[in-house]
Formats: sequence, C-alpha cells, structure tokens
Amino acid sequence: MSTPSSAPNRPLSPFMLGQYYRFQLTSVLSFLHRLTGVGLSLGAALLALWLIALAGGPWMYAAVARHLTAWYGQVLLFGFTWALMYHLGNGIRHLVWDFGYAFSMKAVYAGGYIVAAASLLLTAAVWALAYAI
Amino acid sequence: MSLRSPLGRARGLGSAKQGVHHFWVQRVSSAALVPLSLWFVFSVARLHGADYAAVKHWVSAPSVAVALVLFLATLFYHSMLGVQVVIEDYVGHEGARLASLVLSKFVHAILAAASIFAVLKVALG
Repeated sequence: MSTPSSAPNRPLSPFMLGQYYRFQLTSVLSFLHRLTGVGLSLGAALLALWLIALAGGPWMYAAVARHLTAWYGQVLLFGFTWALMYHLGNGIRHLVWDFGYAFSMKAVYAGGYIVAAASLLLTAAVWALAYAI
Repeated sequence: MSLRSPLGRARGLGSAKQGVHHFWVQRVSSAALVPLSLWFVFSVARLHGADYAAVKHWVSAPSVAVALVLFLATLFYHSMLGVQVVIEDYVGHEGARLASLVLSKFVHAILAAASIFAVLKVALG
C-alpha cells in the first residue's frame, strides 16, 4: 500500500508536548491547583483513617502508624504537605483575584512564582520542624 | 394571545438567589482553612516520633480537640464542594454524574462524621 502524497509528514499530538508546545506557567499552575485539590481530598481520607485508628486503640493505631512512618508513608506525607502548601498559596492567589486585584499579566506571573516558591519553602519548613526537633 | 400580564409572566422566572451560594461557601471555607490547615500541619510535624500515648495526649487537650473538629468539618465541607465541581466538569453522562455526585457527598459525610467522632472519643474517653 503506497503512502498518499498528502500524508502528514509532521509531528502530531502528543509528540507536540514539550518539543514544540511551550507550557505556560499560568496554565500549569491552574491545572496543579485542581490536581492538588483532588489529591488533598484523598489526603483528608487518610487523615480520617489516622484519627479513627487513634480512637480504635494502641493496636489499631500501630497498624496504621507503621505504614505512615515507613519510607513510602513519609514520601506520601511529604507529597501531601507540598500539595497542601501549594493549594493553600494558590487559593490565596485566587482569593486576591476574587477581590478584583492582580489581573495584569505581570502580576499573574509574579503571583505564580511567589506561590510556587512559597509552597516549597513552607514544605521545607514543615519537614525541617519534623526532623530537626 | 395570552391574557396574562407581563408582570405575571415574569414572576417566578428570576434568580432564585442561589446562584453564587456554591462560589461563596467555597471561598469562605477556603479562608477558614488557611489558619486551620497551617496550624494542623505544623502541629503534626512537631508530633514526629511521638508514640500512641503522646498523640492521644495531644488530641485530648481541649483547645486541640476543638480546633481539630473545626478543621475536619471545614476540610470535608471544602473538599466536598471542590470534588463536586470536578465531577460536574468531567463526568459527561447524566446518570453517572448524578450517581458520582451523590456518592461523593455520602463519602464526605461519612468521613467527616467518623473522624470528628474519633476526635471526640479520644478527647472525652
């Protein structure tokens, strides 16, 4: 079977991503806000499990705490910490927009960089507190 | 030709005054969660390495128990509102959308009730 002369000799999606399509900070942060929101809902379920186990007694608490203190549990909790700090910071950014401020392109980008940096700093502060004390 | 007056036709067709309710409670709960979640995360970070008795002692303090109940109620309410929007955006089939919305609300209500009861049991027990 011969290839039609009109066959597209060009990259098609998803190969466009990264190589030819330039991500914008604004859309990535917007997407992350929703993604971290859904993730934190699962984190809230884990928090409920932790408290229920605590109320269930020493044996039940140990069964849950064993996983949370294991390396994979700590990685998961680290991820939840960052997700919370990011969602919180970007949520404040949304609240500022809701009041009608910071809508210029410059302010939108500046706010985005501030939120991204603040989420990393706050996450580092939480884990420094956990492991240093 | 209708004998109804223009005013009669327009009555009852306007805003039900509910339009911004979801938007508003999502914002109010988010504002409440700023101090509550920061307090919770930094408090739990300080509990690192604490055993069962120490964690139980922390939850039992009246100020901590009250703050935890407020945090859990606001957290699950805010989560329920957020997950609702995600379902409404991405679940196209009407039946599946209705089912997943009701399921999400039930799961949120169960987790909120169970976790708040757990805090009260530890604090009062």
